Amino acid sequence: MPQLTIENLSLGYEGQVILSDVNFSVSAGDYLCIVGENGSGKSTLMKTILGLQKQIDGSITFGDGLSANEIGYLPQQTAAQKDFPATVWEIVLSGCQARAGLRPFYSRAEKQLAKENMEKMGITQFAGRCYRALSGGQQQRVLLARALCATRKILLLDEPVSGLDPKVTQEMYQLIEELNHKEHVTIIMISHDISAAVRYASHILHVGHEMFFGPTAEYIRSAAARRFLGTEGGEDA
Amino acid sequence: MNVFQQLQMYLAMPFVQYALIVGTLIALCSSLLGVTLVLKRFSFIGDGLSHVAFGAMAIAGVLRLTNEMLFVLPVTVLCAVLLLRTGQNAKIKGDAAIAMISVGALAIGYMLLNLFPTSSNVSSDVCTSLFGSTSILTLTQLEVWLCIGLSVAVVVIFLLFYNKIFAVTFDEDFARAAGVKAEAYNLLIAVVVAVIIVLAMNLVGSLLISALIIFPAVSAMRLFRSFKGVTVCSAILSVSCALIGMLVSILGSTPVGSTIVAVDIAAFLVFSLLARLGVNRRKA
Repeated sequence: MPQLTIENLSLGYEGQVILSDVNFSVSAGDYLCIVGENGSGKSTLMKTILGLQKQIDGSITFGDGLSANEIGYLPQQTAAQKDFPATVWEIVLSGCQARAGLRPFYSRAEKQLAKENMEKMGITQFAGRCYRALSGGQQQRVLLARALCATRKILLLDEPVSGLDPKVTQEMYQLIEELNHKEHVTIIMISHDISAAVRYASHILHVGHEMFFGPTAEYIRSAAARRFLGTEGGEDA
Repeated sequence: MNVFQQLQMYLAMPFVQYALIVGTLIALCSSLLGVTLVLKRFSFIGDGLSHVAFGAMAIAGVLRLTNEMLFVLPVTVLCAVLLLRTGQNAKIKGDAAIAMISVGALAIGYMLLNLFPTSSNVSSDVCTSLFGSTSILTLTQLEVWLCIGLSVAVVVIFLLFYNKIFAVTFDEDFARAAGVKAEAYNLLIAVVVAVIIVLAMNLVGSLLISALIIFPAVSAMRLFRSFKGVTVCSAILSVSCALIGMLVSILGSTPVGSTIVAVDIAAFLVFSLLARLGVNRRKA
């Protein structure tokens, strides 16, 4: 049974449909990349899956023991966060908020979880540092550690490498791949970087005029990919 | 009589004692949520609500209610909820709605005060509501207890929900995605802000409330790098500025509200200067 099943989903803002008939499913351990042109509705799709926005039509079903509040999300950075006074520790710990429920303070177990995730992301030495003083790559690691506090099962990442330099981008991809392979965390990632998408992902969802969903190998042979990758990508396959 | 003897004499008077207690509590409360309001870009809601509170005060005056706060508080809380709703649905429309409600309340309030004057000197009444010139010194015992009760409630709520307020302030989308009831906490924040505004109206008047909420937070943000540090610093700063301001105003017979705000501005300048000099580079 898949962790997440999307059927005939239509989404958009204020009744205006920007994407319709989206169908795909994600099983535990999958690595799905969502690709498509700018403005094709990738971020909106992710927000709809997360319940941040109401869908217009269709259904989103969670299964395989995953409930809607066990999702880790790595959003694109907002303007407010750029000058937000908060330490790395405060931010990572805030990932445990949903676990804490109505309890006003964090338990020892939750603090331990935050510590473990900081170690995993290699940011333990920054615990007392201010978030806004970190580099872009370090900031993403902080947000990733926070997302891991919220889930052990599935991560939704909205362009996790945008604005990072090539070396840091590479490291970020490796980190995400490790989470997928070693920790068996399901990954759903929006990406602009089509070459990295076909390299790392097990499945591809292409949104836009032409829709595609399937294993990466199939995608490379598809018409949607040929148009999107240019002739070069198509011939490689 | 030197300054200290003069101060001692004033401090022996019960109404001065009330004023100091209430003023300190109000300053503490208003600084707590300042950080959240500034960072969530909610400062304008605070400003809008303070005008609503002025309008409500005018209506309470016209109705000749003995305890205005019991009327002003629910009205302001209601408006806080409404403003938050519109602000969430659509950004630009929300902005306009807030401007309309706040200016509208100001205009209607002033008109009512003129149409149904409760005393012979309308302009002085208006001045008091807007700038809080003397109201803190004329609080009745009931108002003092109401202020103390509400302030304690605000502080307790803030402490209990501190981690949740941080989570929804830093990243509302993430919190909601993880299953935190962000809307409920936004609502809580709006209600608490409304309570703080009604309280602070006694101290600084409705036009100057935003200063009391925003200045300590922004000053603290110059120097501190953690949310906890900023919150604690702005609370201490706000209380000290309010105390200094009240004492100065008693000794120099200056208006209480604007004196406190002047001290807040001075503190902001000092903190900015310290930040310039690199005090906050320790951990950078």
